[in-house]
This record gives sequence, structure tokens and C-alpha cells, in this order.
Amino acid sequence: MTGMNVAHSLLPLPPGTKAPDFELPSTSDKTISLTDFRGQPVILAFYPADWSPVCSDQMALYQEVLPEFQKFNAVLLGISVDGIWCHLAFAKDRNLHFPLLSDFEPKGEVARTYQVYRAEEGTSGRALYVIDAEGIVRWSYLSPVSVNPGADGILRALENLGEEGA
Amino acid sequence: MSTTGWGAVLTLPVAEDRDHIQGPADAAVTLVEYGDYECPYCGAAYPIVKQVQARMGERLRFVFRNFPITTSHPHAEQAAEAAEAAATQGRFWPMHDLLYENQRNLGDRDLRAYAEQLALDVELFDTELAGHVHAERVHQDFMSGVRSGVNGTPTFYINGARHDDSYDLETLLAALARGSR
Repeated sequence: MTGMNVAHSLLPLPPGTKAPDFELPSTSDKTISLTDFRGQPVILAFYPADWSPVCSDQMALYQEVLPEFQKFNAVLLGISVDGIWCHLAFAKDRNLHFPLLSDFEPKGEVARTYQVYRAEEGTSGRALYVIDAEGIVRWSYLSPVSVNPGADGILRALENLGEEGA
Repeated sequence: MSTTGWGAVLTLPVAEDRDHIQGPADAAVTLVEYGDYECPYCGAAYPIVKQVQARMGERLRFVFRNFPITTSHPHAEQAAEAAEAAATQGRFWPMHDLLYENQRNLGDRDLRAYAEQLALDVELFDTELAGHVHAERVHQDFMSGVRSGVNGTPTFYINGARHDDSYDLETLLAALARGSR
């Protein structure tokens, strides 16, 4: 697969950073805040767009691996600039049963805050964060936009949380 | 199917007494595929792997592991368990081939028809499928893939290192030639 766009100059927030709080809609009548999950690990999966082939494969994989994430009591949140109705249709079509948050207005504000916004495309980059129970970034990774980063890095980061917390 | 920021390697080594293997243990190169029987890309890779095997003969050891993505493919898990049920009767590869040659027909009745076609003990086959006795094995395969950096199907490993390139015939043959001892 060619056309790997190395996300120039984007550098996700490094481990040790306090994860910036946010509040984003997941449905027409529900918003989700990062602080809702204080006390448990949170996985943020920023992705460019609902329906794109790589995003679809990545989210399907995460749905499949969700029980493994839950063994760490972790919550998985997908985030893109798509609107809530787009998210709902995408989630229904692809059988996704975790929240997809809409970073729609102001567009990409949360992605910008997490330093993974691709301004020229107007979408989020493909980035992963693992945030610990106290709200501190413990692992972050920005993938080339055409590459599905898989789930092994997330699982390793979740395991490291346990070891360091023990 | 391309590089992540860390090297992706097979975390569960190939084992002769566990894995489904074609080709000799001392082959020059080992190719592992993580696949989903309902995935169209795996279906497209199936005849390519056959051609690779025909070209390389005894120089290649080929291993297949299950990676059903049930979120997208509702029949993939049961098909994987059907192949494992055939394996308990010594017929893994014929079932593997039938499933890939009939990817669009993987319902329960289809699976049973394939078992009959392969002259399996169908009663035993049915019992194992109904009881999901091979679900644990399929899940072990799946998680070994997740931990090895499988990010979609098919994903290939050559001598334990993820093949982060196309799997068209020429590319795959060239990569296997480079990996050959």
C-alpha cells in the first residue's frame, strides 16, 4: 500500500501530560466528557473519517478486541470530525458498540488540543491515546494516515499501566 | 497493512504440534497467514498462496491461523470453528480450501454440506460446532494475531516478521526468496 502520508509536524501529547478534558456529543441527546471516566483507563482512537476503508477496518478490529480492553476496565472512545448522525449510521452499519464522539463544532477542536489535527485535510489524524485512571496520558501514537495501527500497542500500554500502578 | 512505529513480530511461534501446517518443518522459509474465511481479501489471497506453494514446493512451510472479524463477517467465527472441527478428523486443509472456494456460502447448512462432502463423521462435526468446542482455539489464534500486530486480514508473516507489503504473487515470491535460508 503506497501513499503513506507521514503526518508532518504533528506530535501527539507525550506520556506524563495531563490529558485535556473535553465534552463531545455521542448522540443527539448525550454528551461524553473525559472526566466521566476518571478512575478507569480511557483509550482515545482519533480517526480521519467514518466509512473510509482503513477507518472501517480499524474500528471493526477494536470492536472485536473490546472484551480484551474491558479486562483492563478500560473505556474505548472513537473520535472524528463527522457529525453525530453520520456516526450513528456508521456504527449501525458496522456493528460498532462503543461511543463515537463528534468533534464537529468547533470543528476538530479536540483533535487540535490533542495535537493530532490535520489542518490541510480538515480531519483528525489517525492517533491513539491511552490515558490512566487519574487522567494522565500514558501512551500516545500517531499512525501514518493510511495505516491501521492495530491493537497491540494499546494492549501493551494497558498492561504497562497495571505494572506501574502495582 | 504497512508499518507501525514498532516492529511487528509473531508473538506465538509456529509449533508443529499446534499449528495447521503444509510443508516440511525444515523448509527454507515459513509463511504464516492470519485469515478470515468470509473476508474477500483473504479470498483473493487464497489462490495466490496456492500458486506460491506450487512454485516453491518443499522449500516453503505454510501455516494458517484464524482471525475472524465477526463485527464485519457474521459467518467467519462458525467457519473457523468448522475448519477446526474438520481438523480433529484430520481434514483441516480440505475444509480450509472448501471454505475459501465457497466464501459466499458459509451458513450452518453449507458448513454441514462441506462436512458431508469431505466424508467427515457429521454427527461429531455437528456436536462440536453446536458446543463451540473449538471457540477457545480460534480465540487463541485471534489474540496471538492481535498481539503480533495483525491489523486486518489477511496479514502475513515471513519467518516471524510481518510482511508489510503487497501480497500479489511476484511481491510475495520475492519476499519469500529473500527470507529463504
